[in-house]
Amino acid sequence: MSYLTRSPISVDVLLAEVSSSACGGTCLFLGTVRNGPHEQGVTAIEYSAYEEMVEAEFGRLLTDARGRWPEARIAVRHRVGTIPVGQASIAIVAAAPHRAQAFEACRYVIEGVKQRIPVWKKELRVDGSEVWVDPSGRPTPHPAHG
Amino acid sequence: MPATVDTATPATVRVRFFARYAELVGRSEAAVSLPLPATVGDVVRRVREDFPGARALPERPLAAVNLKQAKLEARVQDGDEVALLPPIAGG
Repeated sequence: MSYLTRSPISVDVLLAEVSSSACGGTCLFLGTVRNGPHEQGVTAIEYSAYEEMVEAEFGRLLTDARGRWPEARIAVRHRVGTIPVGQASIAIVAAAPHRAQAFEACRYVIEGVKQRIPVWKKELRVDGSEVWVDPSGRPTPHPAHG
Repeated sequence: MPATVDTATPATVRVRFFARYAELVGRSEAAVSLPLPATVGDVVRRVREDFPGARALPERPLAAVNLKQAKLEARVQDGDEVALLPPIAGG
C-alpha cells in the first residue's frame, strides 16, 4: 500500500481501512486546494514529492501516532500531481474507541505532515504564472512559462 | 605516523534535488565524489561549488540521508543518497 496517489482521494476507501466495531469515534481531516482572498487567482496546485522518503516518513509518523494512541486506527493518503481548486490534496482518518483520541491522533498526523513529509507545492495561477509556496505562506516568485 | 585507512578514502554519494532546488540546479540528481570522512555539509559545499545554479541554494538547507532527515554535521558513507529538501510544504 502506498501513502501517495495520483488520483482523486477516496474518503470511503480510507474510512473502510480504519473501520472497527471497537471504535466509537472517527475523525476525518481533508486538506483542499484553496483560492481564497489571500491567494492570487490560483487555479490549481502542482504537488511534487520525494516519493521514496514520503513512504518511509509516513510509516515512521504513523508508528509514532500509534505509539501515542495504541487503540487508534489511522489511514492517510497524500495526492501528488496537479490538483484543481476545491479538490483534496490530503485525507487523514483516525478512528478510536473515544472521540478525544480520534481528534488528537488526526491532529497529530496532519501537524507531522507539515513538519516531516517531503512534499512541495507550486501554485498555478490564472495569469499563467507559477509560484512555489513556502511553508510560511509567502510564495516565492517564479517566472511564468511561455 | 602513517595515515589511517579512513583518511582521504574517496566516496561517491548520490545527491537528489527536489522542487525549487531542482529548478535552480537544473537537474534532479548528481553523483558527487569527495574524500572521507565527510559530512552532509561537505556534500552541500561541494554541490554549491560544482554546479553553477546550486550557488543559489541555501548554505544550510534541510537535508536527508537515505530517506531520513539528517543534520548537516551527520557523516556520509560511500553509496549514500543525500537529498537537499526545500522547506516542506505538504498537506
